[in-house]
Amino acid sequence: MVEKGGLEKAKVIIREDECKGCGLCIEACPVDVLFEQNVLNRMGYHPAGYKGEGCTGCGICFYQCPEPGAITVFKKGYVEEEVT
Amino acid sequence: MAKIIRKSDSFYPIYEHKSGAKDVTHYCPGCGHGVLHKLIAEALDDFQIRDRTILMSPVGCSVFAYYYFRVGNIQCSHGRAPAVATGIKRVFPESIVISYQGDGDLAAIGGNNIIQAANRGENITVFFVNNAIYGMTGGQMAPTTLVGQKTTTSPRGRSVANEGYPVAVSEMLATLKAPVYIERVALTDAKNTNKVRHAVRKALQIQIENKGFSLVEVLSACPSGWKMTPVQAKQWITDYMCKQFPLGVFRDTSAEIEPSPAVKNEFISHDLFKKLDIPDKPFRAVKSETPPVNYQNPRLKIAGFGGQGILLLGLGIAQAGMQMGYQVSWIPSYGPEMRGGTANCHVNLSNKRIGSPVVSQPSTLIAMNLPSLEKFECEVIPGGLIIYDSSLINRPPARKDVEVLGIPATKIADDLGNTRIANMVILGAYIARTSIIPRQVVVDTLPVFIKRKNLVPLNVKAVDKGIEYVSQ
Amino acid sequence: MGKQLIKGNEAIVKGAILAGCRYFFGYPITPASEIAEAAAFYMPLVGGTFLQAESEVASINMLYGAASGGIRAMTASSSPGISLKQEGISYCAGSELPIVIVDIMRGGPGLGNIAPEQSDYNQMVKGGGHGNYKLIVLAPNSAQEMCDLTMLAFELADKYRNPAVILADGFIGQMMEPVEFPKAVEKIPEKEWALHADADDEKKLICSIQLDPDVLEKHNLKLQEKYKKIAAEVRFEEYYCDDADLVLIGFGVVSRVLLSVVDILREKGQRIGLLRPISLWPFPSFQIAQLAQKIKHFLVVELSNGQLVDDVKLAVNGKKPVLFYNRMGGIVPSPEEIIAHIEKTVKA
Repeated sequence: MVEKGGLEKAKVIIREDECKGCGLCIEACPVDVLFEQNVLNRMGYHPAGYKGEGCTGCGICFYQCPEPGAITVFKKGYVEEEVT
Repeated sequence: MAKIIRKSDSFYPIYEHKSGAKDVTHYCPGCGHGVLHKLIAEALDDFQIRDRTILMSPVGCSVFAYYYFRVGNIQCSHGRAPAVATGIKRVFPESIVISYQGDGDLAAIGGNNIIQAANRGENITVFFVNNAIYGMTGGQMAPTTLVGQKTTTSPRGRSVANEGYPVAVSEMLATLKAPVYIERVALTDAKNTNKVRHAVRKALQIQIENKGFSLVEVLSACPSGWKMTPVQAKQWITDYMCKQFPLGVFRDTSAEIEPSPAVKNEFISHDLFKKLDIPDKPFRAVKSETPPVNYQNPRLKIAGFGGQGILLLGLGIAQAGMQMGYQVSWIPSYGPEMRGGTANCHVNLSNKRIGSPVVSQPSTLIAMNLPSLEKFECEVIPGGLIIYDSSLINRPPARKDVEVLGIPATKIADDLGNTRIANMVILGAYIARTSIIPRQVVVDTLPVFIKRKNLVPLNVKAVDKGIEYVSQ
Repeated sequence: MGKQLIKGNEAIVKGAILAGCRYFFGYPITPASEIAEAAAFYMPLVGGTFLQAESEVASINMLYGAASGGIRAMTASSSPGISLKQEGISYCAGSELPIVIVDIMRGGPGLGNIAPEQSDYNQMVKGGGHGNYKLIVLAPNSAQEMCDLTMLAFELADKYRNPAVILADGFIGQMMEPVEFPKAVEKIPEKEWALHADADDEKKLICSIQLDPDVLEKHNLKLQEKYKKIAAEVRFEEYYCDDADLVLIGFGVVSRVLLSVVDILREKGQRIGLLRPISLWPFPSFQIAQLAQKIKHFLVVELSNGQLVDDVKLAVNGKKPVLFYNRMGGIVPSPEEIIAHIEKTVKA
């Protein structure tokens, strides 16, 4: 992590409770940094998770995911304040 | 380019209308609808058109699209979204109207509606989700179901012999002249999904620029209906659907059309009477002498064959009668009485409120051919009046208890050079015999119901000949 | 002001425009086509839209879309066409859209014929579509009322956010009579619920689906409450009912014939009167029940197999005999025919 306004590393945040475990993001991720979690979410699905490292911020997973709010992708150099 | 890719503002932050969890959609895992929703919402954000967008939710799995899109929403009946979209777009030409439809909705029950909206070139954007199945109702056959594909209503696979071939909507609509842009895309891998994104944006851009109708057909996965995993379903689109439904642009005339601003409807409320051809002067009844008792409050039946101006003759009496301050009614031959090539009309002139406008027992019969005289002579009340065209009817009425006036109206008209004004000769004879309407009132009202104004003087001449004949 | 000899069908269009209607979606059908033709001619002259739809089904759905925008819009058709529109009418009732539908009734069932019948009474008054809804149904019997009741239909539709119907027969549509056109409506009410293609639209929803049974029941209860309020809009005409022994009941062209019957028999000294429902829903049940206290018989005359008569019987509730005379197939009985029936069947 760096100071506000500085260069942040790319990352992906998955809202586990909005994930239906379809696996399309995992299948599509070109750098293979997503995985199916063992835990069950409130809907009874195994949600996708981020391995924590290696996201390039390409956004492919976002556009494969059918849920509007389940995935948020942060590109390299995003500004933290944008996150609401 | 935004550094954060996230849920668009064009989605409601919370899906208030939805029951259950209000932060996730109702769609099944791996369903294509959600992805298309995201691509549309993102475009509404980027083009800053959310505030003026109105979305049609269809019947099918996307029946609840209105849960999610933070725009004006109309939920439509099955297949009718293009008609509903037409209605609201005509009210708000400046709005962005999206018709979101599935294959059963658009290609089966609503087939004609999409064809006609496309053919009218409605300036709307249609997103057509083709997943080859009825998802919402539990996996029945769709018009786009592939040959051999098993569904709950094609349990042995779609058979060409029984159900025909899948409907190729994009190809079909592309044969029409009006549509501006028609493309088929597929929600499969990242590359194809990006093409969907571009197609969505292009289609909306065309509407923003007021260029006309666009439709994007989106091949989309239905893992539940197909009984596959989401990953398998995507592969199935590539392996099977894309072969039946080739991807590509089927029509694009967008480059040839200049962008233009939408023209708002102007509600015109001035000079309405003038625009509606309603006389704007206070009505004043013409005063005249009271006619003899037996001619008062006449109930007329006027009959002849088509082309003799029977209806116009009745109209002339009604029009002039109104000017005299009478209550009047006029009914054309209509319904069962129209049989047999005869024309007739019923006219009432009365000092008091008119009950039945249908004249069953006429006080005056005007017969302009023999069948009419034969048919209606018996209906005339005792002491009534029968006027007949003696140049076409070679026997006088048989009734002895009525007043009879024969006038060679057609011959007189021929002498004036126009057979068709025999009706006006009769009109002249009628008013001369009964004194119910002064000549001047008839002359003044002729221009109201005679459409070709240059014929008015000739008609006046015919009326005068009729008056002259009776007065001799 | 502005007296004109005009067909009932044309009077409807002029009345509608004077009422502020600027949208007409329709499909040709005899004997209602003059309405579409007049709308096609006049709408563009007043900044309005006329669109000939691809079908009756499309036209009612175009109306559904247009009315969502809060403007005044209408369609017109005749019996078989109305049957086709019924699904859309149910949607408009469910979504509480104020639209005006004109039905110039013709003979049925099936393609029937183009002559005047009144056999759409049930499909309009009782709701020919699915679901628990009511339409405001007005039944003109003159060209003047074709104009006046059309204007009233728009007003009531807006006031109650409910579809309103002009139910007329082929004769009333085809007949020409003098009409005195009133002044144009100056201001159409603002509709907060309607879409306006602006930022507020995200708070609005035009919709008839309520998946949750509790929510749908609540919606239905709300509609029923509204219908109770609309009951106050009942309209009818009484003619010589005060001292009558026999009261005739009929609407549309039949009521005109019955007017003649009353005139003729009153001249002969008979105590006969006429009650003409102008609004078929709300129905003048209360007035009929009141009459049932003091008169001897009712005679309902209809151009159908007996549809209005059911509502009369409900109102009379067995207190007095309700006699019935009807013609079908497009035949309008003459006053003499009805008088003969009265003389044969009604014992003083």
